[in-house]
Amino acid sequence: MAKLVAILATTHHPFYYQTSQLPADQAPPFAADWVRKVEAYRETLTRAQPDVLVMVGSDHFHQLWLDNMPQFLVGKAPFYDGNWENEIREFGMPKLFFQGHEELSAYLLREGIDRGFDLAFSHELRVDHSITCPILTVRPQNDLPIVPIYTNIFAPPLPRPERFVQLGTTIREIIDAWPSEMRVAVIGSGHLSLELGGPRQFGPHGPDPDFDAQAVDWIKNGDIDGVLSNVTLESLHAPGNATHGFMDFMLMMGIAGYAKADYADNLDLFHTMEAYFTWYPDPSLVPGLPLTSNGAL
Amino acid sequence: MSKYLLNKFLFTVDRDTSLTERYREDPAGTVAWWEAEEANRILNCTDAERSTWLSFTDEERQALATHDHVALFEMGAHPFLTLTLWIAMFERDWDEPLGMQLDYGAKLAYATQPYPDISC
Repeated sequence: MAKLVAILATTHHPFYYQTSQLPADQAPPFAADWVRKVEAYRETLTRAQPDVLVMVGSDHFHQLWLDNMPQFLVGKAPFYDGNWENEIREFGMPKLFFQGHEELSAYLLREGIDRGFDLAFSHELRVDHSITCPILTVRPQNDLPIVPIYTNIFAPPLPRPERFVQLGTTIREIIDAWPSEMRVAVIGSGHLSLELGGPRQFGPHGPDPDFDAQAVDWIKNGDIDGVLSNVTLESLHAPGNATHGFMDFMLMMGIAGYAKADYADNLDLFHTMEAYFTWYPDPSLVPGLPLTSNGAL
Repeated sequence: MSKYLLNKFLFTVDRDTSLTERYREDPAGTVAWWEAEEANRILNCTDAERSTWLSFTDEERQALATHDHVALFEMGAHPFLTLTLWIAMFERDWDEPLGMQLDYGAKLAYATQPYPDISC
């Protein structure tokens, strides 16, 4: 059976790439701390030595739109192009090219449908910054095949939060049952409180620091029951009009189960809170890691 | 009211640089042309399969033709689509980083939740 070696749940900040490329004398004051935290986080994936990456993200009205909107979609292509013209324009992001893993895509689709998720699929997908940002931060050499999984957190009606957790649980079951010797890592990206196109956007912090602190606590403690009893599709508007991206973190909590994160870190930035979490489902699969790992590495 | 068509305008204009520039320079003319020629083009279909029924209300046409992002917000246009297109058109006019985005938010400072429903 396949080995699920690491689960990473992270924010996807599109300004990171450009910020990290700036010379020190031109970089903003928070840049060095940001780069240091990202490089430490990158090591949590590197040490797990994955062979393939399942990438969970949310399309930002690039490939998916209101004319034909799936709730959950699995890419099933041999290759994927990455980033869109408006991301390059707004964020200075590079175009990227990815190798896919069609066998795992097909397996996820077949098993996912059989386990109650009517997943959409695409043979022609240009992935956007919810997937390319995590690659640029935790696997910048971009040398592993990927399976993209996209979620709808943008276009109401949305799946409810519990559905995201259920999909995560199902993805975990499917990967654990995959008849392969490959080492799989799952990397999912979302965000905490966020306002886009509204009065609270681009403030000195995220629009709701209290929500952000609570969210970090839920995630790092694997408190699925706590988050589900406090968060609804309706309530997620309150911390900011784009906070439904938090449901991708909930999906990743579903993959990790009720386990506490083995690694948790965060960084308060203008207009958002960055947050980074890693779980090792079987620490014996990770070289150099104690069998019981709980807390920052 | 057709929030779908509002969003379709924002979506299609944002992803085509020549259209973005055309809308920046000639908003009323671009909206009139787009409604006549593009509104009923079904995305990813040939012209032979055009739809026949999509059009703006006067209020929607006016908001788009005057670059009135506040009115679009009030109508329930998807805020991500509007913001992204506004960044493409107007960020260049500001010297300080995020100046456009902060001005955009300030013009909506009167708004309290619940914000307008963005469901189409």
